[in-house]
Amino acid sequence: MLSLALLPWVHRTWTNSQRSRRTPSIGTELEEDRAFEHFDDRDDVHEMRETSVHEEGVPSGSMRERLSKARGMISARLSGIRGGPVNSSMWEELEEVLILADVGVDTTLDLVNRLQDRAEAEKLEKGTDLLEALKAQMKNDLSRDRELSLTASKGTVPVWLFVGVNGVGKTTSIGKVARRLTDDGLNVLLAAGDTFRAAAAEQLEKWANNCGADFVRGSEGADPSSVIYDAAEAALAREVDVVLADTAGRLHNKVNLMEELAKVRRVADREPGQVSEVLLVIDATTGQNGLSQAKEFTEAVGVTGVVLTKLDGSAKGGIVFAVERELDLPVKLVGLGEGDLDLVDFDPESFVEALFGDD
Amino acid sequence: MFESLTDRFDGILGRLKGKGRLNESDVAEAMREIRLALLEADVHFNVVKRFVERTQTRCLDSEVTQSLTPGQQVVKIVNEELTTILGGESFQLAYSQNPPTVVLMAGLQGSGKTTSSAKLARWFKSQGRNPLLVGADLQRPAAVEQLETLGQQIDIPVSSSATNAIDAARKGLEEAHLTGRDVLIVDTAGRLTIDSALMDEIAQISDAVEPDHTFLVVDAMTGQDAVNTAEAFHATLELDGIILTKLDGDARGGAALSVKEVVGRPIAFASTGEKLEDFDQFHPGRMAERILGMGDVLTLIEKAEEVFEQEAAEEAAQRLLEGTFTLDDFVDQLRQVRQMGDLSSIMSMMPGVPKEMKDASIDEREIDRLEAIVLSMTPNERSNPDVVDGSRRTRIADGSGTTPAQVSNLLKQFKEMRKTMKGMAGLGSKTNSRKSKAKKAKKGKKGSKKAGNSRVQPKDDPNVPKLNVADLDLTLPGQ
Repeated sequence: MLSLALLPWVHRTWTNSQRSRRTPSIGTELEEDRAFEHFDDRDDVHEMRETSVHEEGVPSGSMRERLSKARGMISARLSGIRGGPVNSSMWEELEEVLILADVGVDTTLDLVNRLQDRAEAEKLEKGTDLLEALKAQMKNDLSRDRELSLTASKGTVPVWLFVGVNGVGKTTSIGKVARRLTDDGLNVLLAAGDTFRAAAAEQLEKWANNCGADFVRGSEGADPSSVIYDAAEAALAREVDVVLADTAGRLHNKVNLMEELAKVRRVADREPGQVSEVLLVIDATTGQNGLSQAKEFTEAVGVTGVVLTKLDGSAKGGIVFAVERELDLPVKLVGLGEGDLDLVDFDPESFVEALFGDD
Repeated sequence: MFESLTDRFDGILGRLKGKGRLNESDVAEAMREIRLALLEADVHFNVVKRFVERTQTRCLDSEVTQSLTPGQQVVKIVNEELTTILGGESFQLAYSQNPPTVVLMAGLQGSGKTTSSAKLARWFKSQGRNPLLVGADLQRPAAVEQLETLGQQIDIPVSSSATNAIDAARKGLEEAHLTGRDVLIVDTAGRLTIDSALMDEIAQISDAVEPDHTFLVVDAMTGQDAVNTAEAFHATLELDGIILTKLDGDARGGAALSVKEVVGRPIAFASTGEKLEDFDQFHPGRMAERILGMGDVLTLIEKAEEVFEQEAAEEAAQRLLEGTFTLDDFVDQLRQVRQMGDLSSIMSMMPGVPKEMKDASIDEREIDRLEAIVLSMTPNERSNPDVVDGSRRTRIADGSGTTPAQVSNLLKQFKEMRKTMKGMAGLGSKTNSRKSKAKKAKKGKKGSKKAGNSRVQPKDDPNVPKLNVADLDLTLPGQ
């Protein structure tokens, strides 16, 4: 019981550790993990070769076609908006629609304020026009480069690192990406970097077998960095085009786990591997916490794009709108179902339409 | 969990608390802010609306506005309404008259069903039951393997031998009968509520095993859609309770507030960490108090009682109060505290802990380092830290992989703490002479906390810098 009495103690230790972090002379030498001391940080400025994947083969309408389900609450509000003239309750309803889609309070207020300015300037009077203006504005906000990069210097293999919190669908997304890339004729190697969750490697192995990709794993509880490093070595030897590396799900507020992930990224980026994409997987049902996830993961491992999964459910995934807007992180892929082929390029147009439950 | 909501409520209500008189616009302003705070916390839109309306009406009641401490009254009302939203009374788990008691787990993909099934099984086991797990998730590759691995870790058998989920569940039930297992936990595949084929399947599983409790597993990070999901599952399965997962994240957990409000079923269990023992029954009242920044002393005490040996703890406490607490005792206590779980989650349950500390995540390795320092001392040094001189300090630092500065830092703080505790001894024993020893410990603690604001406690040392998570340098070299 009485160790509660240690609180003042823990407090001071803690704050002192903060102090020593700021004073580089004390304590900081322990920060770096010793196991990987022999790798120094090299900023190789090799000649880059551009081999971005142009995602052909996926019909451009496919995201739209599959996003037509689940309207309910939102569409009821929308039909109200469409029918009527522009008035104050309509603004409130628009706000509700956006908040219900998980766009978030701040982003919603910003969108609606801008829309109000526009409505005034253009003298919009009908609800339908207002809605169209809002959609146009949102689509405009979503104009970004969404290409996935297979760029790597000579003698190295591009590595795509999949990161995210628990249960968002990292392993499944890798399986589906592998399926897509192998269908495009690329040689893919899957690295089972999730050495924590029971049977995660088995799950990934099944995907590898499904699409004929190479597969590298370590033992359960092994150091994920070493598994991915080994995978890159194997990939180079087997002339593989890209390594898709799985990582264990982790909550972004766990300092140690995020440090581990940062190390995974560092090691994955050593020759013969070169990290060309760090894809943050976000579940479409995620609420405002998605923003916090994107911030923390970006800070720790430099996320280059978002994979939005489970968008085939009733959730709208509006949080990625906030993520794109606030962190300038492009959504690159969208998961639309359980099938192997249900991972498609993100299409802002259909995403915005679906946000409002439209066809 | 819920920390950011706590901060917001602290701020909003803090401003009201001080006021001697409340007018309508004060209340309206506070309610507007509460509304935003709840929406940002992912509480469902309609739930927020109703919550604010109810609370506002009650706050404008003449009894409140004319009371001498209207601010306190508002806090009380918000607390009560929050408790109502969170589920009022705790979930009461009833065991079936004819064992096994069957539990069915349902939820979306990735909400944490498989892990929760194992955690729940472990919990039942800790209650003296003999659970059997059934792996009826045949959708996700290797889901059954995952459950089997978890089953091995907690030494609980897993039944899984079928080609379809309904048969798997049925066979599990038979196996439970045959092997005399008194609790059956059926893990199912994740499914979207709009997938009618799969919703149909889970309804059939439910018919086949006739569960005593059907739990919906909900991710604490879920947004507005949590309500739709819960409603749809409730319509198909008739839920009994909710299991809330990933509460150790920094999600504000609004989903928890909404789901109960909409389907009228309480949150029965909550999962607060990656370890299988980070799982317990959910107590709505305590959670509301935590949101309002009052700490969660009850849960803390329960947790402590789980890991602490009563007598040893009391002895240590005694020595602490007498000022004869040694570094050995310290390491001992530290280890026990860590057994209770994640330090930051313990911290969040303590009343009166500064916000900065709750928000900051504690680097557990820092604690490892402290332990290493103490373990590098001789027994004599541990009981008489005063003998540590320069050369001993260097030796200890070498032995523990730290610096002499870190060693003396620890020693300095240890001595200070010992002094403080000795000073507090009087406070605790005088006011609580008739309480039991365990109680005394708790009260002494609480008492001292309060006293700390005005008197002896050095905790709010202005020299100690405020923590700011944003300032933490967690980035990597080379980035």
